[in-house]
Amino acid sequence: MTSRIAHIASNTFREAVRDRVLYNLIVFALLMSAAAVVVGQISIDIERLVVINLGLTAVSLFGMVIAIFIGIGLVSKEIERRTLYTVLSRPVRRWEFIVGKFFGLAGTLAVNTFFMAIGVFVALLYVSHHFQQQDRWVLVALYFIILQFLILTALTLFFSSFSSPLLSAVFAFSLFVIGSFAEDLRGFAGMTHGATRWLATGAAYLVPNFSALNVITSVAHSQPVSGQLVLDNSAYALVYTAMAICGAVLVFEHRNLK
Amino acid sequence: MSRSQRVTVIFSVFLASSLIASVLLLRRVDQVRTGATLEEVLYISSPQALRRLSLGYNGLLADIYWTRAVQYYGNKHHDGARRFDLLAPLLEITTVLDPQLLVAYEYGANFLAPKPPNGAGMPDRAIALEEFGILNNPDAWQLYYNVGFIHYMELKNYAGAAEAFARGAQRPNAHPFLAMLAGKMAEHAGDRQMARMMWSTSYQTTKDINVRANAAAHLRALQVDEDVTNLEALNARYQQQTGRFPSSFSELEAAGLLRGTPLDPLGQSYKLMPDGRVELRTPDDFPFIEKGMPFDYTPPPSPKILPSD
Amino acid sequence: MAAIEILGLEKTYSIGFWRKRQKHALRPLNLKVEEGEIFGFLGPNGAGKTTTLKLLMGLIFPTAGSARILGMELDDPRMKAQIGFLPEQPYFYDYLTARELLEYYGQLSGVEAKLRSSRVNEVLHRVGLPDVGGVQLRKFSKGMLQRVGIAQAILHDPRVVFFDEPMSGLDPMGRREVRDLMEQLKVEGKTVFFSTHILSDAEALCDRVAIIHQGELRGVGAVADLTSSVHGKVEVVWQGTVVPASLRALGAECHVTRDTVRAMLSEANQDAAIEALRRERLRLVSVTPVRTSLEDYYLQKLQPPNATVRVGAKVGTTV
Repeated sequence: MTSRIAHIASNTFREAVRDRVLYNLIVFALLMSAAAVVVGQISIDIERLVVINLGLTAVSLFGMVIAIFIGIGLVSKEIERRTLYTVLSRPVRRWEFIVGKFFGLAGTLAVNTFFMAIGVFVALLYVSHHFQQQDRWVLVALYFIILQFLILTALTLFFSSFSSPLLSAVFAFSLFVIGSFAEDLRGFAGMTHGATRWLATGAAYLVPNFSALNVITSVAHSQPVSGQLVLDNSAYALVYTAMAICGAVLVFEHRNLK
Repeated sequence: MSRSQRVTVIFSVFLASSLIASVLLLRRVDQVRTGATLEEVLYISSPQALRRLSLGYNGLLADIYWTRAVQYYGNKHHDGARRFDLLAPLLEITTVLDPQLLVAYEYGANFLAPKPPNGAGMPDRAIALEEFGILNNPDAWQLYYNVGFIHYMELKNYAGAAEAFARGAQRPNAHPFLAMLAGKMAEHAGDRQMARMMWSTSYQTTKDINVRANAAAHLRALQVDEDVTNLEALNARYQQQTGRFPSSFSELEAAGLLRGTPLDPLGQSYKLMPDGRVELRTPDDFPFIEKGMPFDYTPPPSPKILPSD
Repeated sequence: MAAIEILGLEKTYSIGFWRKRQKHALRPLNLKVEEGEIFGFLGPNGAGKTTTLKLLMGLIFPTAGSARILGMELDDPRMKAQIGFLPEQPYFYDYLTARELLEYYGQLSGVEAKLRSSRVNEVLHRVGLPDVGGVQLRKFSKGMLQRVGIAQAILHDPRVVFFDEPMSGLDPMGRREVRDLMEQLKVEGKTVFFSTHILSDAEALCDRVAIIHQGELRGVGAVADLTSSVHGKVEVVWQGTVVPASLRALGAECHVTRDTVRAMLSEANQDAAIEALRRERLRLVSVTPVRTSLEDYYLQKLQPPNATVRVGAKVGTTV
């Protein structure tokens, strides 16, 4: 069982790589270099700020785009191209296929983020000339971004298991935006009454909590991130990802592949 | 059970349990993060940059910051806080993102200017907020009213108030009260009648439930002050007539000084104290009162001025 | 044990905007295929052949009925390890090379790591693609993709192989090779179940056939039985344009072409006819039993059940 999942995952990774996804790293590298050089000319205080803000935001956005663009095709493309037929006629369970696809894309994003992280730290080194204590919070911020990717990948996979690529992209992107304001949504739900309150609260708790995973601004200002938050966020991301994958498995298990 | 059914059951159970777990963890994360999103407001050194970054969606972003401001004030107030540090930045960012959001300026006058625990105690910043609003909405009479309001209520600057009201009165479609307030300021500055007029104007012209509730609380307090003053005067008359203070309202009635039992604005009868003073039964329900409180009274930390109180 | 047992398998789709209309893609099907035979599943396009195959592969779920392959349920992974499937007009991950694709499929089918490379090479040779293992599939022609498709279907040495239109897109040479391969599979003791609308292939290869039309099974039987000489006639062909009276006396229907005569007469008179030709010193070209062709049987079965069709006689089969 695990070997099949591992094989599907590594094949998904191979597909992403050969699809020239990793070329985005070149664009990113250029962006970071340009930023570092330009910012190096400005006052000393805010260079670090700009590099971290820009770097982490770029990592987040690039990764989100990749997660969505590859994720939407994970299942629907295989169905459309009928490559799935020869896979499922083998002793591969449908749920193994879904889980394998998830790990493949998550792995791609992790590798991508790893290289980007190097880019951010190189730029940071360039403007600050030496690493500081506060830099470890940048690592935490990056870790949170990877957690965001896991959630987004699982969500896109879920949509891809029953919806067309275009709709999947729309849904996933919408959830990303709404999820970034999830804390506001919960506050808003608390201010309403009656039936609206139930619906709003329900929605507010279902929506992925991307806002808590975005610590870019505070890390840029060298604020520490509490250990408790790291633990809670990790658990939350794990659980939410599992939920979305379960959803995908359940949908896919009963789907007629016409 | 077929293989497919088994998979369905197992994954459904996983789904349900992870759903529950995610909700529980979410609540934990919210606790750890309380106010974290709001505190990031302090890092926005340039609201103008934020407006540019919002790529034309500044209206929506303004609404989000506005909602945060309302919640922030409501939560802080509910907890009996004495500091509302983030209210000013929240309102400033909201108004930079959407300068036409008039209700934000109303909040500035009603909740940013007054002293804690009713507000943030920053009248100067509130006036600066209003002036920014006037710059962007020169014909909005409400903003001039706000300026005058702050001058009058918090800064006791009656001349400044009169001037602001006069400015506002000249705007097209200005509320008729503005001219009247400007005119009466000279003789009635500081008296209860002015205050009542201003709070009535606020009450009638606002569309925000919190601002309206605040105005209502002030109007009730003014009513109480007037009632207590009048009743204590009647007590003095009674004492002159009979040599002692009355112990019940029926005695006052019998003496022909009163008709019926006087009720406070919330419908409860006043208390006659043996030393001739008049007190409220539930002073906690009446923030802003200057009369009618027991001797050693301390008001509650979070005054009941919002509908949610 | 039957290789494939289909019991009342049915598939109905609800179509239309309000999902009210029913489309019967497959009406209850009952079929049995024995191990070691080549079974042809014939029918025009849209008859339900692909639907049946997809149901057997577990790609779609039946509305009713069930099926067993090698005595095991359709979702049993042990069964799937012993079957191979070639879908119609297959398409594969085009960013992989042929070898990588087969390695991947081998991994998924549970072929042991140490055996994998040799099996991949072996099977590439077998389908006639010995040199293109390292070429990316995006560069393959349709015929080459078809061969890769067959390769992945037999890679893990399955007991039962399912082909959906295996000859499509192949030139005559390719079709010949595929036919030879299918015969070889039979020799190896495998069961082959394939669908096609090309009757000549079916006639040449199959032990038994089933004919399906509009979702309904119209006929099943051994090819030999279905095309047995119904009339008990033979066709005698000789050179020349002369029709001896003796032969006409035997009741021969003769047809004269430029330099040969084709005569149809009853089997009983076959020896007498040959004798007559010998006496007349006419050069015998061939003596062939007349069979109804599979085509005739097929066309008949395609008619709605009550119609009658004249079954014309056709001589032998030529390719």
